[in-house]
Amino acid sequence: METSTVFVALFIFAVVVLVFAPIMTWVERKQSALMQDRIGANRASIGGIKALGLIHPLADVIKMITKEDTMPTGAHRFIHLVSPFIAVTPAMISFAVIPYGGTYDLWGAHVSLVVADLDYGVLYLFAIGSIATYGSMLAGWAGNNNFGMLGSIRVSAQMISYEVALGVTVIGLFMIFGTLRLTDMGVLQEQTFRVFGFMEYLGWVEPGTRWIDWITLPMWGIVLQPLPFFMFMTAMMAENKRAPFDTPEGESEIVAGYFIEYSGMKFGLYMMGEWIEVVVISALLAAMFLGGWTLPWLPEQDIIAFLVPKFGANIANLLAMVLAVSVFMGKVVALIFFQMLVRWSMPRFRYDQVMNLGWKILLPLSLANIALTAVGILVVKGVTGR
Amino acid sequence: MRFALFWIFSVAALGGSIGVVANVRNPINSALNLVVTMLALAGLYVLLEAQFVGLIQVMVYAGAIVVLFLFVIMLLNLRGSGTTGAEVQPLVKIAGTAVVAISSFFLLRVLSTGRAPWPDVDPSYGTTRAIGEALYTDYVLAVQVAGVLLAGILAAVVLAKKRLD
Repeated sequence: METSTVFVALFIFAVVVLVFAPIMTWVERKQSALMQDRIGANRASIGGIKALGLIHPLADVIKMITKEDTMPTGAHRFIHLVSPFIAVTPAMISFAVIPYGGTYDLWGAHVSLVVADLDYGVLYLFAIGSIATYGSMLAGWAGNNNFGMLGSIRVSAQMISYEVALGVTVIGLFMIFGTLRLTDMGVLQEQTFRVFGFMEYLGWVEPGTRWIDWITLPMWGIVLQPLPFFMFMTAMMAENKRAPFDTPEGESEIVAGYFIEYSGMKFGLYMMGEWIEVVVISALLAAMFLGGWTLPWLPEQDIIAFLVPKFGANIANLLAMVLAVSVFMGKVVALIFFQMLVRWSMPRFRYDQVMNLGWKILLPLSLANIALTAVGILVVKGVTGR
Repeated sequence: MRFALFWIFSVAALGGSIGVVANVRNPINSALNLVVTMLALAGLYVLLEAQFVGLIQVMVYAGAIVVLFLFVIMLLNLRGSGTTGAEVQPLVKIAGTAVVAISSFFLLRVLSTGRAPWPDVDPSYGTTRAIGEALYTDYVLAVQVAGVLLAGILAAVVLAKKRLD
């Protein structure tokens, strides 16, 4: 393994697991407080410094670690013990294929801002996501609790159902990009296309009309496939089992669902898994649909070419790298914010509504989208000849 | 590295499959051992440069089929009530012995051929693109037939539902 890969892996681990997950608890508290016209977390303090409630995540961790770790009677001890880890590990290793930027030449080293640049990147994420089901469904069973069992049964049915829709919604995008590699998708989304370019091919305007060349859109996934963006996000959020898809937890019916018998940090691991998964969803959506680390209408090569005469090649590459990571993180944060908005605005779906949404709305729509996309690709290829 | 991984995955696959049949008392443990076996097999596929097959193995077998097994086991609540071997039919025993004998014969033949070298393939082998091209050009008929089978499953469900109503 190259040294740069190790650094990238460490960076991602540090940013995502050690920074994002605790901050997410704070963001969620503060945002829900804002939305419900409350003040929110403001009590925990170190020597009077409250830092807008940012001490609360620390207090949470101390509380969770020092809590009694219970083991219910009649529980399957081993499975009860390992389930939280099975639940949280897939969410963490998902970050291996997320690209935070392109490749940069820094002082002779070739730095690629992705840990594993796999040819089947998105499939890896789906495979990892399907393993995550075990952590939740075994938890409810192992605790020897009827509410937990109900939660497990709900969680397994829900996750299997949405896995189908999840895979099918993005096939249209794969057809257009012709790749499953997330770094390739990022590079492809740097391109732009002319919105009214078809008028030239159809002979509606004179060839060489200037205004057609001005009106361009970036080839982002959300521009090419607007509906699948929302369908994919819905399916991912259902996979993550957070509100409004949290029937497996359903406090009003089954107390806490599948993690009912967990206390302390084991319970905390489930919460952490959910929050990390929110970051995964946002990162994946940003990489596939929102152009990844690229800025619209501004190819990275142009930025580097602009900076090289001023700072030299190494510094220019470094600046471009920092810019790429910040752009990517900005998109991720915006998507996290959006997911939290959804969480605090929508009431929980009833169980049959969750199933109907998955099987009767998302799946047929995404199948129709595949057919439409195929026709669209053929038409574009026929008209433009490429 | 590759050699060490091969041994890890092989031992996990064999241990998992022994666990599947040895856990007669607890079906959930059997199913979990099956998951380990599936994951280990996926690892072996990836080592053999068949990454796509490996991932599909994880997605379909470990991620969906065994989850359904577990789902059914949990729904029927088969906790601690398995057959211990006493009530197994003699015919089943004979069939089982025969299967084991035949597969050990082939296993011995494979093992006696000596060690095969690691496959030396070009980088495009086993990629999603290569598999997609093979599926939709050379084996397009098989893909179509599989699609018809899927439609058949749906049709069966719909017809059975009407009968129930």
